[in-house]
Amino acid sequence: MIEDARKTLSKHARHEIDQWLAKFPADQRRSAVLAALREVQHENGGWLSIELLDAVADYLGMPKIAVYEVATFYSMLETKPVGRHSVSVCTNISCMLRGADDIVAHIEKRLGVKTGGSTPDGRIHLKREEECLAACCGGPMMMVDHIYHENLTVDRVNAILDGLK
Amino acid sequence: MTNDTIKIEVDGKVLEARKGQMLIQVTDAHDIYVPRFCYHGKLSVAANCRMCLVEVEKAPKPLPACATPVMDGMKVRTRSKLALEAQKSVMEFLLINHPLDCPICDQGGECELQDLAMGYGRDVSRYQENKRVVRDKDIGPLVQTDMTRCIHCTRCVRFGEEVAGLRELGATGRGEFMEIGTFVEQSMASELSGNVIDLCPVGALTSKPFRYSARTWEMSQHPGIAPHDGIGSNIHFHVKDGRVKRVVPAENEVINEVWLSDRDRFSYEGLYSNDRLTAPMIRDDKGWREVDWETAFAMVRERLGPILKSAPASVGGVIAPTATLEEIFLFQKLLRGAGCGNIDHRLRYLDFSDQDAAPVFPWLGQSIAELEQLNCALIIGGDPRKEQPLLNHRLRKAALRGARIMMVNPASFPSNYPLAAELSAAPGGLVRAVAGICRALAELKSDTLARESWLEDVAVTDAQRRIARELANPGRGTVLLGNLAASLPDAAALRFVAGQLANLAGAAFGYLGEAANSAGAWLGGAIPQRGPGGRPASRSGMDAGAMARNGMRAFMLYQVEPEADCAAPDQWLTALRNAECVVSMNSWITDAAREYAHVLLPVGVFAETDGTFVNVAGAPQSWRAVVDPPGEARPGWKVLRVLAETLGVSGCDYETAKEVARDAAQAMAGVRPENRAAWRALVRLPAAVAGLQRITTVPMNSADALVRRAEALQQTADRADGALHLSRATAARFGVLDSGHAVVGHDGQALTLPVALDDAVGDDTVLIHGGNGLLATLGPWFGRVTLKPA
Repeated sequence: MIEDARKTLSKHARHEIDQWLAKFPADQRRSAVLAALREVQHENGGWLSIELLDAVADYLGMPKIAVYEVATFYSMLETKPVGRHSVSVCTNISCMLRGADDIVAHIEKRLGVKTGGSTPDGRIHLKREEECLAACCGGPMMMVDHIYHENLTVDRVNAILDGLK
Repeated sequence: MTNDTIKIEVDGKVLEARKGQMLIQVTDAHDIYVPRFCYHGKLSVAANCRMCLVEVEKAPKPLPACATPVMDGMKVRTRSKLALEAQKSVMEFLLINHPLDCPICDQGGECELQDLAMGYGRDVSRYQENKRVVRDKDIGPLVQTDMTRCIHCTRCVRFGEEVAGLRELGATGRGEFMEIGTFVEQSMASELSGNVIDLCPVGALTSKPFRYSARTWEMSQHPGIAPHDGIGSNIHFHVKDGRVKRVVPAENEVINEVWLSDRDRFSYEGLYSNDRLTAPMIRDDKGWREVDWETAFAMVRERLGPILKSAPASVGGVIAPTATLEEIFLFQKLLRGAGCGNIDHRLRYLDFSDQDAAPVFPWLGQSIAELEQLNCALIIGGDPRKEQPLLNHRLRKAALRGARIMMVNPASFPSNYPLAAELSAAPGGLVRAVAGICRALAELKSDTLARESWLEDVAVTDAQRRIARELANPGRGTVLLGNLAASLPDAAALRFVAGQLANLAGAAFGYLGEAANSAGAWLGGAIPQRGPGGRPASRSGMDAGAMARNGMRAFMLYQVEPEADCAAPDQWLTALRNAECVVSMNSWITDAAREYAHVLLPVGVFAETDGTFVNVAGAPQSWRAVVDPPGEARPGWKVLRVLAETLGVSGCDYETAKEVARDAAQAMAGVRPENRAAWRALVRLPAAVAGLQRITTVPMNSADALVRRAEALQQTADRADGALHLSRATAARFGVLDSGHAVVGHDGQALTLPVALDDAVGDDTVLIHGGNGLLATLGPWFGRVTLKPA
């Protein structure tokens, strides 16, 4: 099984996972699952296929369902194909009070997709953000491909979205 | 009072408890009921349903009784205002998303949620919003899902991880979107999967074969004994309108705990297959026809009577080890009373050569519960996970505690716990592989055994030395022989070598047990050389192998389907076809029987007869019939009684099955299980067989006539598939890697069968499933075979 996993995962991904594995006791390989999934998702255009999830499970010696649980629990992991750029608007309490819902409504209208969807051209994934992104002092804010943009206005949002290739 | 004991006060009563116990364990032990969904005595504590909240003095909020360790002087109130309000609130949350579909839910009437909602919930719902809906998953032919009803207690998830050893179900998604399922649609593969039906406190996981066929309160519950492996799991039959609607486990801590294997749970369906034999049938020159019992018995008197009278030694009697002790006892009493000593039940044996030295009955060598206490076990020639699921469960518990469990097999059977060592040996080399371990251990212990002649030419590998070292470690050890070991052509040599090994290691020597009543068949006298209780038989006779090989003038069969049940099916079919008279007592009719039999007498099976099974640990367990056999069929002991009368054999005129059981018990009284006397010493080991060999394993759901007819179980993977299982390397060597099909030749016969590549099968080995009548012509279950592309 681990042989098949070796074939499915890239050399680079395996190298990354091995580095994480070195940080944990040998009998707790599952500790590396989050790091492994993050790396594998990054290489695969932002989402995890069942094949990749299975490969990670085999590589770490975990039951497959345990990897599925992790992949479906964490909002930064995707189990369906998504757009190239990830856009998530924080809608938690501070941002909400500062007008996050209007920002979301504007983006949905501009991109023509609902939260959770991707544009048909595969350019942008409007992610459903589950948690506070911890930038309350700059709300409303959004995260675009791991970069924080604070004190959003409709114009700023337009500029940021238009800059995404 | 040890210093481990502390005192706590619950609802004003002072209770004794052990340090470290959870509160709910103490209240359960003292019959103080605390409501719960996620807590289960056999599973780890999850504390996620919060239903068991109770008030503990000095704690600021209610605490979950399942996850609160007791402390000396703790004061607990389970029915205080605070506790009741907490329970009521939890109940309200649990019901928010639970559908109100009790009227169409199979769990209705035996539902923990229903009961607790009644006892602890509000009488009206304040929830006005939409309820969430979860799509159902198809998780196989046995367990039905209605996941909208799930309350996320995770008992089924924990069961998979902790008991089944196969994590198949999980909780995917989060919060409102959390769902229990397999995520990727697939069938549950665990042989214990049906237990999630009992564990599920709501109607999310229910029995698929039982679905919508009865309401729980319409059925009556009756105790019974499971009819497949030798464990003798305790069960309850649930009966409605004279029909067994389902089977559930009954608690018996020393046997099956609270569990039941899928085979034992769902095999009742076989009672209602459409090939049941429902009337006596006879074959004359006009072919087969149904007749009344008198006509059938008259035919037996006419055809079998004279042969039995003039040449009793030319009659053979074979009874399946799934028959009850009463049936076995009467069967042998009838034949021996008529002067015939050719009686056997060992359908799957090929080697009978050590039978005179055999123990009174081969047994586990220890109690079932003792398996849990092992430090080390060596399993030879067997797949306990599929063949004796609940013995394997005990072994698994030992393994998780740190016991070293090892296997020697011609194929690597997937285990649900880590094995300390696994040795693969070609079927013809199994004896030598075990002998190698024996020699390594003797050398390690400087034992004189190492100089015995039969070990002279045995080579020792490092793998064998490692196993020997494990066996040499102090602690409780055992050497166990499985079903495959019993069927081998050199089984006697293997028994001897394995026994020597156990002796040398100071380990208990045991057999994992074949059928439900294998022990009862030995004890009841269904072997040629011994009568009931292991006493020497008044007249010795032929064993099953000799009867098939030599052919007999007449045969009496009881619950035997030789094409699927016998290790030499072709020989049996030939012998039966050539016999002048074959009388078969059976519950089903087969095409093969239509060809070889002359009289078919319909008998009841399983729930349809009073009976006793003796389990692999030597415990006799009886049950009463709960339904009538179909049509004209009658309980077997009654048929045998009349048959004895018909044939003029006296002493079989019992009025009740209980009387038969009493006589059988009397004959067996004082028998102590003992395996060590069993060994017939060898001077030389049999030569290892070289070249491509066939081995046969019997998948759990093809093991006997009843389970082969259980519809849902036949849709699982654990059934005889009629394929040639071999490794890629072996397939490549014989040029069948890509051919899809291959021609396998054995004993001058050839069959074209699909190829199933499986690297778990050892080198030069073709694994073919037994229990499949279609492959009967291929000859004995073991031996040299040829292979070529189709």
